Amino acid sequence: MSAKTLYDKLWDAHVVRQDDDGTALIYIDRQLLHEVTSPQAFEGLRIANRKPWRTDTNLATPDHNVPTTDLTGGVDSIVDPVSRIQVQTLGMNAKEFGITEFAMGDIRQGIVHVVGPEEGATLPGMTLVCGDSHTATHGALGALAHGVGTSEVEHVLATQCLIQKKMKNMLIKVEGQLQPGVGPKDVVLAIIGEIGTAGGNGHAIEFGGQVFRDMSLEGRMTVCNMAIEAGARVGLVAVDEKTVEYVQGRPYSPKGDNWDMAVTAWMDLKSDDDAVFDKVFEMDGSKIEPQVSWGTSPEMVLDVNGTVPNPANESDPVKAGGIERALKYMGLEADMKIKDIPVDFVFIGSCTNSRIEDFRAAAAVLKGKKVSSKVEQALAVPGSGLVKQQAEKEGLDKIFIEAGFEWRNPGCSMCLAMNADKLPTGKHCASTSNRNFEGRQGAGGRTHLVSPEMAAAAAVAGHFVDVRDYL
Amino acid sequence: MEKFVQKTAIVAPMDRANVDTDAIIPKQFLKSIKRTGFGPNLFDEWRYEDVGEPDADNSKRPLRKDFVLNQPRYQGAQVLLARENFGCGSSREHAPWALKDYGFDVVIAPSFADIFFNNSFKNGLIPIVLDEKIVDGLFAEVHAQEGYQLTVDLQNQQIVKPNGDKIPFEVDSFRRHCLLNGLDDIGLTLQQQDDIRAYEEKAKKTAPWLFPA
Repeated sequence: MSAKTLYDKLWDAHVVRQDDDGTALIYIDRQLLHEVTSPQAFEGLRIANRKPWRTDTNLATPDHNVPTTDLTGGVDSIVDPVSRIQVQTLGMNAKEFGITEFAMGDIRQGIVHVVGPEEGATLPGMTLVCGDSHTATHGALGALAHGVGTSEVEHVLATQCLIQKKMKNMLIKVEGQLQPGVGPKDVVLAIIGEIGTAGGNGHAIEFGGQVFRDMSLEGRMTVCNMAIEAGARVGLVAVDEKTVEYVQGRPYSPKGDNWDMAVTAWMDLKSDDDAVFDKVFEMDGSKIEPQVSWGTSPEMVLDVNGTVPNPANESDPVKAGGIERALKYMGLEADMKIKDIPVDFVFIGSCTNSRIEDFRAAAAVLKGKKVSSKVEQALAVPGSGLVKQQAEKEGLDKIFIEAGFEWRNPGCSMCLAMNADKLPTGKHCASTSNRNFEGRQGAGGRTHLVSPEMAAAAAVAGHFVDVRDYL
Repeated sequence: MEKFVQKTAIVAPMDRANVDTDAIIPKQFLKSIKRTGFGPNLFDEWRYEDVGEPDADNSKRPLRKDFVLNQPRYQGAQVLLARENFGCGSSREHAPWALKDYGFDVVIAPSFADIFFNNSFKNGLIPIVLDEKIVDGLFAEVHAQEGYQLTVDLQNQQIVKPNGDKIPFEVDSFRRHCLLNGLDDIGLTLQQQDDIRAYEEKAKKTAPWLFPA
């Protein structure tokens, strides 16, 4: 038998039917649903008079539109009537079709990509989809997970399968040891800076090497989450003892004999030693510096000690035009220092960086310090009710509040500003989210992607700084 | 899904790389629970001077005159000519819905983001990948000639230029079949229910934890 990559193994285990032209029917073990990309899928089922193939594989929670302020009124606390209808629609659909929902007010409610792993609803070896591109996150557990559109949400509801063609294999190998103050977010931003936002198009990316082996599961989730920002729908990390330890004892995790059988199967979820990848990219982890994005695409990212590029130095006219447009939108001068960029808003949250470890890391920087008077608003938004509870148990909320942060309720919040948390026009935000596209955090808003530690340090300084000077 | 066989239409040039789905349809319009009505908000932030809201009367909003789709010569365009990595970012199917609702049936680019590419086919929006040099040539021709039209012939997998030159393109045979015949994916898959059930029976033995009683 020829050697297989982790992606090959996951794919092969889920082929229901394979056609000669490469088209395959793939079985999906889990679907996560949220309010934005599911209503038209449920409507499609109703119109065609179809029922879900299985109800127990689906799990729903509202996240994109949920307010992060007062939630005591449940769905009624949503002021925007259009948002409220969308969240109510998710609840009604879940009820009508018999799907479990962690609704607003449930301690388990939160961002789908935080909730899935936290509940053990994401397991190694699974195929998992969700109508959200950051579904790549779940690959951190050795699951084959990717985002789908609404038509495919409906397809999975109706058939438990997807019609797909196999992607190519890409290995991103980062060996060595990270410097103190450099974390998973810096690693993935540095990778995207090198390979570009289309670098992984058509590929499933496996992250391998010592840096990822040393990383916690939360860190691996941050990295896989942003595989899509490198163009890859799928990010993967091989299963190891840490994965098994993370999964054990969670509400949806297998129990008893099933647990032992599952662990035996999961330990094979790694690429064979002699597996061949279509594309390999290598980096030295010890050379990665804290990262800050300066432009309007995640590939427009630099070391914190760098300077903003000058379009005059770019020979490709399409790229030079892109730099020029980005500088104008971001209100930056060519050749200025990253450290001279002012920070007006700070957002710590999103499916990229809203897990307990992220708040611990930011709190370690913030402890005993104050948010700069130049910063207009600093938000800390946990990824789920359970993350929030855990952080409060550890007293982290007090550190954030004493520093001048607002300690909010869980949701996607200012990552994409579908709720009331919006970045105003022209303001610069140090954000732990995943996309710095024009208007992403609010029309005209200027996003700078950073790690939680870097966001905390920027909050204190009022401009970007090297967090290593704060440790 | 409606059928697509062949179409001759005006081409509009979107001359920037990495056009993301947040730009194609900004987040405030994703609150709709319908599949239709997104066309007036396609490229909203680039198209209008003000900030769009879901309940606004778009016909009264000030337009950015320099934006390509606001120029008189590109009115009625049904083919969008784009640069590399078109449709990157979020998985929102609202992006192809908005393009389709506006009137586009075809997007031509040197490359597309994977999820957008896949979503487009499901909605009868045809993403065509052409070599970067050919795309460069098309941009030059579209800019040079007002009313420039292309014929997209899916049956014969070719694009025909106004001078009669033909550009062949690749398209997945399954997707082509579905588009030419207007076939619904779910209906096709449900014809394979026996295979799905057989898979489940096998998986229940190898991975019983995925089938809790």
